[in-house]
Amino acid sequence: MKVGIPAETSPNELRVAATPKTVKRLQKQGFEVYIQHNAGQKANFSDKEFEEAGAKIVNTAAEIYGQSDIVLKVKEPALEEVALMKEGLVLLSYLWPAQNQPLLQKLADQKVNAVAMDAIPRISRAQKMDVLSSMANIAGYRSVVEGAFYFGRFLNGQITAAGKVEPAKVLVIGAGVAGLAALGAANSLGAIVRAFDTRKEVAEQIESMGAEFLTVEIEEDGATASGYSKEMSPAFIAAEMALFKAQAAEVDIIITTAQIPGRPAPKLILTEHVAVMKPGSVIVDLAASSGGNCELTKNGEVYTTPNGVTIIGKLSQLPAQASQLYGNNLCHLLDDMGKADKFKIDMEDAVVSRAMVTHNGKINWPPAPLPVSPAKPKVAATVEAEDPKVIAERKNKQETKSMIIKLGVIGLFLLVLGQFAPSDFMQHFTVFVLAVFVGWQVIWNVSHSLHTPLMAVTNAISGIIIVGGLLLTTDDLSSPMTILAFIAILVASINIVGGFVVTHRMLKMFKK
Amino acid sequence: MIAKEIQIAAYLFAGILFILSLGGLSSQEGAKRGVFYGIIGMIIAVLATLLGQDVHGHVYIITAVAIASVIGVLLARKVEMTSMPQLVAILHSFVGLAAVLVGFGSYLDPKTHLLASTEHTIHLVEVFIGVFIGAVTFTGSIIAWGKLEGKVRSKPLLYPGRHLVNGILLLASIVLGVMFTMAPGIEGMMYLYIMTAFACFIGVMLVMAIGGADMPVVVSMLNSYSGWAASAAGFMLGNNLLIITGALVGSSGAILSIIMCEAMNRSFISVILGGFGEVASSGPATAMVGEVTAMNHEEVSDLLKEAKSVVIVPGYGMAVAKAQYPIYDMVQTLRKAGKKVRFAIHPVAGRLPGHMNVLLAEANVPYDIVLEMDEINEDLPATDVVMVIGANDVVNPGAQDDPSSPIYGMPVIEAWKAEKVIVMKRSMSVGYAGVENPLFYKSNTDMLYGDAKDSVEKILGFLKA
Repeated sequence: MKVGIPAETSPNELRVAATPKTVKRLQKQGFEVYIQHNAGQKANFSDKEFEEAGAKIVNTAAEIYGQSDIVLKVKEPALEEVALMKEGLVLLSYLWPAQNQPLLQKLADQKVNAVAMDAIPRISRAQKMDVLSSMANIAGYRSVVEGAFYFGRFLNGQITAAGKVEPAKVLVIGAGVAGLAALGAANSLGAIVRAFDTRKEVAEQIESMGAEFLTVEIEEDGATASGYSKEMSPAFIAAEMALFKAQAAEVDIIITTAQIPGRPAPKLILTEHVAVMKPGSVIVDLAASSGGNCELTKNGEVYTTPNGVTIIGKLSQLPAQASQLYGNNLCHLLDDMGKADKFKIDMEDAVVSRAMVTHNGKINWPPAPLPVSPAKPKVAATVEAEDPKVIAERKNKQETKSMIIKLGVIGLFLLVLGQFAPSDFMQHFTVFVLAVFVGWQVIWNVSHSLHTPLMAVTNAISGIIIVGGLLLTTDDLSSPMTILAFIAILVASINIVGGFVVTHRMLKMFKK
Repeated sequence: MIAKEIQIAAYLFAGILFILSLGGLSSQEGAKRGVFYGIIGMIIAVLATLLGQDVHGHVYIITAVAIASVIGVLLARKVEMTSMPQLVAILHSFVGLAAVLVGFGSYLDPKTHLLASTEHTIHLVEVFIGVFIGAVTFTGSIIAWGKLEGKVRSKPLLYPGRHLVNGILLLASIVLGVMFTMAPGIEGMMYLYIMTAFACFIGVMLVMAIGGADMPVVVSMLNSYSGWAASAAGFMLGNNLLIITGALVGSSGAILSIIMCEAMNRSFISVILGGFGEVASSGPATAMVGEVTAMNHEEVSDLLKEAKSVVIVPGYGMAVAKAQYPIYDMVQTLRKAGKKVRFAIHPVAGRLPGHMNVLLAEANVPYDIVLEMDEINEDLPATDVVMVIGANDVVNPGAQDDPSSPIYGMPVIEAWKAEKVIVMKRSMSVGYAGVENPLFYKSNTDMLYGDAKDSVEKILGFLKA
């Protein structure tokens, strides 16, 4: 099967859908790889590198689209590009199906089987092909680096001979993949990091990245089954805005990452918030392409407001690494689709069926919703929550009951035993039972790590059976009793000596 | 010659010392003192017996003890820590054998038959039970030793109706017991012989029915049996010290078995009855989702270089490969580089309770970086790399989230919660429980195939390079 990689036509798109490394990987999967001349140039991969990795260089996009079975692309194709595609071609690319209806129609008309990489469902199994996560990770990191660049001051606090430098404060809004990556990067640069998210469940993740989780005083959880957050109530938004305003006056860098799929990004940083920010502060808006989280963001531009706040509406893409990760995502998807020899579009598959937005001339969008993680069994939780006391009480009652029955049985047994057994036996029996209880109490305290020495030491002391042998020995060697006793003493002594010596040897090894 | 009362007092003192000896094991510091108490207790007990009125044939006794001491010291000195389970098992069989011999001896003892009728009957019952438990322990432990040593195949030997056969044999033994107690003088000898043969057979079958994975439970169970055998011997001889000590050992073994059973989520009763390894094969296999990815030694060492915190989960595979020394070398190298390295031990890792701790101690690993499952589990989500070395079932996530898994409900080390998991294993084969491990298929897990010792040495090479 032939896999083709065209050059990206948009001037702003620096990435390429394959790198020399992924080309090798594709070949291992059994594909022949064709790549357009200079496709990797903007991501710093030369034709020579691709050739060395085993790809064949092709001059025009038309050849790629006309001859490949599978085409790997980054940015959604222009309509002119779609016109070049042959029937039955499998296209893996960003497509943004919600925003690009005409494109979908065109793809369907052309009978192209298009997989929207941005529509890969966010379920555990598909993580390795989730381009949104892999790209968001890069964007999050980059947002801190660019923000720090325009901020123009230290991010970490220092105490130097020349005086003290305050650490910068960074606020990240939206703790998705990009947000968490930004938190990690800002934290490792030494900034004081805070984060806000409407989903309560991410608080732990935020704290694990070394950041402080900011909340509003209103009980409302923005988590939804899709893994994205929902829109919140007016009261919540009012509280949120008040919080942002207070924070805006205090922090130095704000990074916003809030996006809702298929809709314009929510406006979180309003003009009045920007107005109270300190001169020199920076806003990095990762949602710029979908309208921006900040009212003043200009998509694709970096500019400074009259009060000295720099607002960044574009980020460079780290094209080499982004291409590598994107390429890996594609390889994983092709792996899942059966590699070259068993390649198959399986519309039963949860991942493929949702991401395959056009199939055999039909548009397959929007797909049925699929929850990210199994829905929480809320009903069960409430039942459990309502009566732990009752359960404990019931359990306690049951235990008392069974204990009374057990004690009754034991008492009866002892009574019967006492009726028939001679007093000598009863004495021994008393000792036995008490010893079992003592042993029971003592052994529970033994540390787990000393269980092997415990067994060895019990080996040694169970050699006490030597006493039996000693009592049975007679002066007459030929008597069977003596022979039996002799052997008993022999093996019991091996136990005693061997057990103690080996326990000692083991314990000597335990060192702090 | 000392008076009977003095002897009893000495026995009591020895009993106390034994209790202190076991109690000492509650901490590393107290443990050495504990062994000392045990030795003193044993010396007092033996001396008190020897100086008593009923002892004859001192020459033979001294000869036997002398020979045994040499053998014992040699055994204990020579044994490798990896073969501790075998030593423990064979020592159990000795106790069992001694109990059988003492039982027979006691029956042959003419003094026995001078007893009054009820006491005589009770005594015979004691002899009979003592010999029975002793014989089961004896052959059971020998089979356990054989399995651990690899001389008997470790797959469970199961045949239909074996519970019935064992039940019939047990019933037959009881009938024999009744006939035995009725027989005058030593004419019951024949019954005793037959019953011993039955008990030996039961012992063999009990342990044959148990799979290799369940060895920790079997060994602790036999530990318990050996204690009860000693206790039974105490009853027949009317000796309180034997009763006390036997009861201590018996309950110790029982507790260990319970701990092991809880750690494997199995019922105690089914273990005592034997053959619980069969559960493993009955569960329907769940299809594995995801793919297995492998790494090479250099990639692992790079990963370790970048990690800040590392947790190592050792299993029986480490013991087999004797990898504990290079592992500790590696740990030291990592610790020198400022990384936080710890060990996580599952209660049933290895073939003996606490087996891994002893192996690590042998390699000089300080015990404060060796943690138990419960202590480490909460730290795992914040851990960069978990290295699973020769362990399998104890890190199986199926135990938590797959109700169809045969080990569902067994507490496990939650290795998969860490950032990255490396599983060092010889092949993709299943663990002792015969269960597929979904951990290997997780996206944050990579396999490193090969012998644990080789692999660790290679990684160490790259780390030092």
